Amino acid sequence: MTQVAEEIEGEAGVQAVVKKFMFVNRKAPYGTIYALEALEVVLISAAFDQDVSLAFLDDGVYQLLKGQQTKALEVKNFSPTYRALEGYDVEKLYVERESLEARGIDESQLLVPVQVVSAAEMADLMEQQDIIIGF
Amino acid sequence: MLHIVNKSPYERNSLTSCLAHARQGGAVLLIEDAVYAATKGNAAEAAVQHAMQTLPVYALGPDLEARGVQAGVIDGVKIVDYGGFVDLVAEHRTSQSWL
Repeated sequence: MTQVAEEIEGEAGVQAVVKKFMFVNRKAPYGTIYALEALEVVLISAAFDQDVSLAFLDDGVYQLLKGQQTKALEVKNFSPTYRALEGYDVEKLYVERESLEARGIDESQLLVPVQVVSAAEMADLMEQQDIIIGF
Repeated sequence: MLHIVNKSPYERNSLTSCLAHARQGGAVLLIEDAVYAATKGNAAEAAVQHAMQTLPVYALGPDLEARGVQAGVIDGVKIVDYGGFVDLVAEHRTSQSWL
């Protein structure tokens, strides 16, 4: 084996480390770039076969509302991407119940299947992570 | 877990949300505009006082000084410099930024 091949194998070994990543979404979708940027990073993490979960709380729950139409705004409607996450093995989507209730949103109004959890359960989930990235 | 907050409590609910999720064994570090929450007599003081019953609360000294509020810090809030910030990150297994 050449030295170059060994180094590539070594790098592959590093990539095999799987960490628990949680991306915490607390911003509404179109007022700032945060929600779109979070999705980009989620897809990158999934491409590296990491254990990815998404948390939606505070205004972040608005990201998952059905019926988003951005044509008049002339910006990309990225909401269908949440439904595509399953295809990247990103299936852990947690939505905080208190945030939904405060905004008068019912789970049936969300565009993708999620697990609705209490703030206390969300705090537990956060404690279980290796890496938490807030948006 | 180290919780890092950088927004004024009057501009965003970052501190409120952070304190609702912070657990015993963790710590809260107030930086940038969040240092206003570390000052006496402000509307967020009660929440900070309540949090300090279970968690240590720190504020970044250079951000307090830049805003002229270093003299009015709530008793019990610990002031750290940049080195102290690094120590806090190193002492906790994870950190989370509340933007």
